[in-house]
Amino acid sequence: MARILFAFGAGVVFAIGLLVAQMTNPAKVTGFLDITGRWDPTLAFVMGGALVVFGASWYLSRRPSARPVLEAAFQPPNAQVIDWRLVAGSLVFGVGWGLGGFCPGPALVSAGFGDARVWIFVGSMLAGMVGFNVATGRKG
Amino acid sequence: MSIAEFSPWPALAGGALIGLAAALTWWGLGRIAGVSNILGQLLVFQRGHWGWRLAFVAGLLGTGAVAKALLGDALPFQLEGGAGRMILAGLLVGVGTQLGSGCTSGHGVCGIARLSPRSLVATLCFMASGMAAVLALSRMV
Repeated sequence: MARILFAFGAGVVFAIGLLVAQMTNPAKVTGFLDITGRWDPTLAFVMGGALVVFGASWYLSRRPSARPVLEAAFQPPNAQVIDWRLVAGSLVFGVGWGLGGFCPGPALVSAGFGDARVWIFVGSMLAGMVGFNVATGRKG
Repeated sequence: MSIAEFSPWPALAGGALIGLAAALTWWGLGRIAGVSNILGQLLVFQRGHWGWRLAFVAGLLGTGAVAKALLGDALPFQLEGGAGRMILAGLLVGVGTQLGSGCTSGHGVCGIARLSPRSLVATLCFMASGMAAVLALSRMV
């Protein structure tokens, strides 16, 4: 139960951060990507703020004695290889990000605003994820 | 069309909160706060570490709904494109993030902060193709 409440709280803080930074406004996102038009550098400042805070917390967790509060050990991603999947997948994701103005986090927050088009985006995104899992036989 | 204005201070503050949420997820649960991976792992529909992921997603969705209820039309939101564009964009984001193992949060924030070469490459790729997509749209519309 502690883990559930904790994760819910982290999701709430994450969403408040996205709202304050206006990343839940698709026009801000496409404005950042519009480098040949009216470029809006806001997103770079969002990333900067997030990188400093998470970077510091990650650095502190590298001490041998460091443990997460609710788990036995940290579980960092173990993939190391830069392969075609990483490159092709990221390129495909970027095209969708630019077309819609949403990446997954802000899309979930904006889904609460009530515009049916966001629900269409989220439904289609979840369908794409399920389709990928089924096609590749992913088991978690 | 409304022009989005540059807003560095809310951006830095919001970014710091996003970093704080990622730090809470890391220090509390020992996990990376990558939204596309959290969703992808939920959608394999197997028991196990289900609960925390669902709770994280509920926090995102619920906060959006509460913000709308409190702020109403004062909440900035300008979305271009109709249902067709949303379907295509959503599919590309869904498939792309699973094939590429991450999105803006997992690669762009957490990965780069961990100095992961994989995440740096991924971030450069999705920023470049995102810019190309916006450029292509501006030429077509």
